[in-house]
Amino acid sequence: MDSLQTKRDRPWLMRTYSGHSSAKASNTLYRTNLAKGQTGLSVAFDLPTQTGYDADSPLARGEVGKVGVPISHIEDMDQLFDQIPLDQMNTAMTINATAPWLLSLYIGLAQRRGIDPKQLSGTTQNDIIKEYLSRGTYIYPPGPSMRLIADTINYTVKHVPKWNPTNICSYHLQEAGATPVQELAYALCTAMAVLDRVQASGEIKPGEFSQVVERISFFVNAGIRFVEECCKLRAFGEMWDELTLRRYQVEDPKLRRFRYGVQVNSLGLTEPQPENNVQRIVLEMLAVSLSKSARARAIQLPAWNEAMGLPRPWDQQWALRMQQVLAFETDLLEYGDILDGSPVIAAKVKQLVEGARKEIENVEAQGGIIAAIESGYVKRELVGSHMQRLRAIESGELKIIGVNCFQETAESPLTLGSDGGIMKTDPAAEREQIERLQAHRKNRNDGEVQAALQGLDDAARCGENIMPSSIRCALAGVTTGEWGDSLRAVFGEFRPPTGIDIAIDSRAVLGKKDQVTELRARVASTGEALGRPLKLLVGKPGLDGHSNGAEQVAVKARDVGFEVVYDGIRLTPQQIAQAAEEEGVHMVGLSILSGSHMELVASVLEELRLRDLAKLPVIAGGIIPQEDGTKLAALGVSAVYTPKDFSFNSIMADMVDVIREANGLGRLGPLP
Amino acid sequence: MTQAQLPDPEQLAVRILRRERAAVASGLNLLDNKLAAARQRSAGLLAALSGERALNDGHLIGVTGPPGAGKSSLVSAMIREWRLAGRTVGVLAVDPSSRPELGGGALLGDRIRIKNAAYDEGLFIRSLANRNQLGGVATEVWPMSWLMLACFDIVVVETVGVGQTEIDIAEIGDTICYVAQPASGDTIQYLKSGIIEIPDVFAVNKSDLGAPAHKTASEISRSAPRQDRRDDWDYPVCLVSATMNTGIQQLHAHFDRHRSFLAAAGLLGKLRARHQSAWVVRVLKEEFGTFGIELVGGYAEIGRRLNETSTNQFEECERLRQQIISRFKSSD
Ligand code: B12
Ligand SMILES: Nc1nc2c(ncn2[C@@H]2O[C@H](COP(=O)(O)OP(=O)(O)OP(=O)(O)O)[C@@H](O)[C@H]2O)c(=O)[nH]1
Ligand SMILES: [Mg+2]
Repeated sequence: MDSLQTKRDRPWLMRTYSGHSSAKASNTLYRTNLAKGQTGLSVAFDLPTQTGYDADSPLARGEVGKVGVPISHIEDMDQLFDQIPLDQMNTAMTINATAPWLLSLYIGLAQRRGIDPKQLSGTTQNDIIKEYLSRGTYIYPPGPSMRLIADTINYTVKHVPKWNPTNICSYHLQEAGATPVQELAYALCTAMAVLDRVQASGEIKPGEFSQVVERISFFVNAGIRFVEECCKLRAFGEMWDELTLRRYQVEDPKLRRFRYGVQVNSLGLTEPQPENNVQRIVLEMLAVSLSKSARARAIQLPAWNEAMGLPRPWDQQWALRMQQVLAFETDLLEYGDILDGSPVIAAKVKQLVEGARKEIENVEAQGGIIAAIESGYVKRELVGSHMQRLRAIESGELKIIGVNCFQETAESPLTLGSDGGIMKTDPAAEREQIERLQAHRKNRNDGEVQAALQGLDDAARCGENIMPSSIRCALAGVTTGEWGDSLRAVFGEFRPPTGIDIAIDSRAVLGKKDQVTELRARVASTGEALGRPLKLLVGKPGLDGHSNGAEQVAVKARDVGFEVVYDGIRLTPQQIAQAAEEEGVHMVGLSILSGSHMELVASVLEELRLRDLAKLPVIAGGIIPQEDGTKLAALGVSAVYTPKDFSFNSIMADMVDVIREANGLGRLGPLP
Repeated sequence: MTQAQLPDPEQLAVRILRRERAAVASGLNLLDNKLAAARQRSAGLLAALSGERALNDGHLIGVTGPPGAGKSSLVSAMIREWRLAGRTVGVLAVDPSSRPELGGGALLGDRIRIKNAAYDEGLFIRSLANRNQLGGVATEVWPMSWLMLACFDIVVVETVGVGQTEIDIAEIGDTICYVAQPASGDTIQYLKSGIIEIPDVFAVNKSDLGAPAHKTASEISRSAPRQDRRDDWDYPVCLVSATMNTGIQQLHAHFDRHRSFLAAAGLLGKLRARHQSAWVVRVLKEEFGTFGIELVGGYAEIGRRLNETSTNQFEECERLRQQIISRFKSSD
């Protein structure tokens, strides 16, 4: 039988998405991870770095070194890769709006170390479309953003040929609620938009365009429905093959291969009974490894404590060991494709392909993915899908073990430690990073810096490729904030549609109907008692881009009768307090998942006090450890909600009671 | 909300005239409040903000047009210009999406599209749901605009215009700006069918799209009958692009010109007084029905009384209310 192999396949690249506190601390972590058998690096940057602010910007306050490593200039980059040979390492960087900049720092560092950039291999995520839809670290409007993507592609294809300049992401779409069909459709639409843009730039000779196509890789997701997910990846492969042949005339099938990396689903990982997440992660990993012809090139896994907070080194080690057991202990890599020829699989793949084709046509008919983002269409579709998922969980139709069924549990020894079972970043990191940055500014040659920034500005304005001038900036010691601000001055900034304006009756899923009726009556009667309809401000302070929770709270509140104001992500506490005042709301609901809740909530409360709104009730939701919840209550926060509170109806009932109490009316209690 | 928590109207009026933001906010909350005690205080507040000055100060601009024409984007671009010129701006954004039969909730989404990212003390935006008034601008809009006129140089009311609602906005603004969507026949159809009263200024937005915008602009110029309203006004049609920020200064020049035109012709105060009467009649009818109107002598009599008190019709309105209420009580 020719499908029985004699040789074991080489395993995929094994990575752990990590970075925190400082370049130095992250470097130590990377070197220990490599010593444990990890074969590539995956850098997590902090939010100021991702959104183009320096550590000492007021907008960065509380966020420096929190969810990733802060990189403000080339010396930070040098420290991050201390004793790591750049020419031998495969480095993935989760970086988007500032991707050309971080790549420039990496290339600049290689040059400084005497390494030919042609030797560098790795990936910059660099997909801004999905930032507008899900991930939230966008800066510039779509036009300039697409140009920056095209610039990095055009540059790397010529000068850093082993680099993957962009990773088209469907991962984040699933994390924002996308169905498999939506993931397929929107990712492929994005790939087309990027390739079309590169083609239109005219920088690539027609004969060489196949090389560009070959450099496009993907970053996908795999959820718990692992059979369907496996089929989704086969569908991706088929559709990409067809698309690259038909639309871009790539003749060589090797150049048409669908190359992808994976992080498995994290949205479905739970706060209650967190040990169950291990099973989920392992099953999800099967989806992207079972089928040899659609197997991932690189895998990174979340940890069991995903819904609690950041993982500690041991938690990440456990996740790495899951990959190693699958790759080295099982016989998976000894066979050809074990799913080829299965009629069941083929039928499912066909169904997904057909669904995706239809949605692609739909988007193309609206003028393509960018137009469909600007109009709010795609975002609305995602918010709608996520709403359906959450309402199915609430009604019990979709079972989540330990959350909406089988809740009984013995006490878990995993969460008993003094650290609460999560990683705490270094509280001194922000101050140290700022000191380091300010010292750096003093030490560089100002003339060189100004000249390099002028070159960047010129290139941005005249449409020249942004990379050469950015590399010059990197070598001159320009900072992340300076690079970001220079381009802000030329391109302007952008806020995409929030997508929450989905029609109330477009989906017949109001959760438990009798509860909704009861809730509407409570909202209405409380409004009458107070003289006007209940009005709620949902606010997302800080640089945090996790919008799912805020969106779903906003939509649900509207559905039960609130008048809701939600202005999207990344607002300052001052802007939120100002909106609360101008809009005359009855309550402010803050959603914070970035870990900066203590600082941000305190500032919002302070800003409200400055506006005579000290009595306005404030509630908060997100990834908030229990001990912090208690501290927030002491600051004056009326209620705190976390992912274990899966019943949106109960949250709404509670919100009405918080408003009633704040206005001297009696609580109405839990829903019947 | 207990009575003790309701603000004192006279004090509030003083603070509003001093342009204190917190007072503006709480004044708007009060005007929105339907409790009996609040209504009385609202009337007091409005009366305190009335007078000769209120009929002649500031500029109240109604911006309307079909969904998605770019009204909010245009308002945002206009605000940028006004703020650069040092003028303060108050905005009332009316959202049409509320569905009473489905709980009456609303997502007030215009704010995000109007607001420039920066923090600005000279700009104040209040979003309002168009609560169950079929095809109409919420009753709250007129008194709220009145309050804002007392403390901002420019007050903008944004409403969606589909079919009949423009009639409502025409009963609010000093200047009505209709934002037209290029390549859509809507505007011309409305004009021809007489559904909309002729707006004072047309802004054909999205001029960056090129030909379709020019075509729409010239069609509107042809269809807009000119001589039927205020003889000396020219009903300009203006090409603008909210996203490219072009044509905004010209648009503003038309607004300013229209305001000067009204003032010079002695029309501004009259127009506002007329709008105010229309509002009084509407709220009285809403609250007490035709029967209530009859109790104080019918529409004609109300009109006469309001005319006599044109500088402070809010006070007169409150007198009419009390009169109707006492008649209701004595009749049972
Ligand atoms: C989905 C997700 C994403 C998506 C976000 C998509 C989106 N548009 O929202 C994507 C993939 C883009 C993403 C990216 C990142 N993520 Co993330 N993400 C998650 C994940 C898996 C789920 C969050 C979620 O959406 N849950 C579903 C919603 C409905 O739940 P929820 O928001 O918790 O809301 C519930 C309650 O909290 C409450 N609630 C929340 N807000 C409010 C507000 C009000 C008013 C009320 C009443 C209630 C309420 O109501 C809901 C009821 O169930 C969590 C881990 C987890 N499983 O929770 C990590 C997590 C939040 N992410 C994390 C990180 C670090 C990131 C990144 C910053 C990584 C990086 N370095 O780049 C990026 C960048 C994002 C950014 N720009 O800020 C960390 C945060 C760590 C911390 N707090 O210490 C987490 C905890 C994972 C981890 N363990 O590391 N992420
Ligand atoms: N090309 C172009 N698009 C514009 C312009 N102005 C607005 N838009 C786009 O038109 C869409 C609608 O803009 P809004 O400002 O929300 O329109 P609106 O009339 O306020 O919409 P509603 O309040 O929903 O009725 C958005 O996608 C804008 O980006 C413009 O000048 N040119
Ligand atoms: Mg609008």
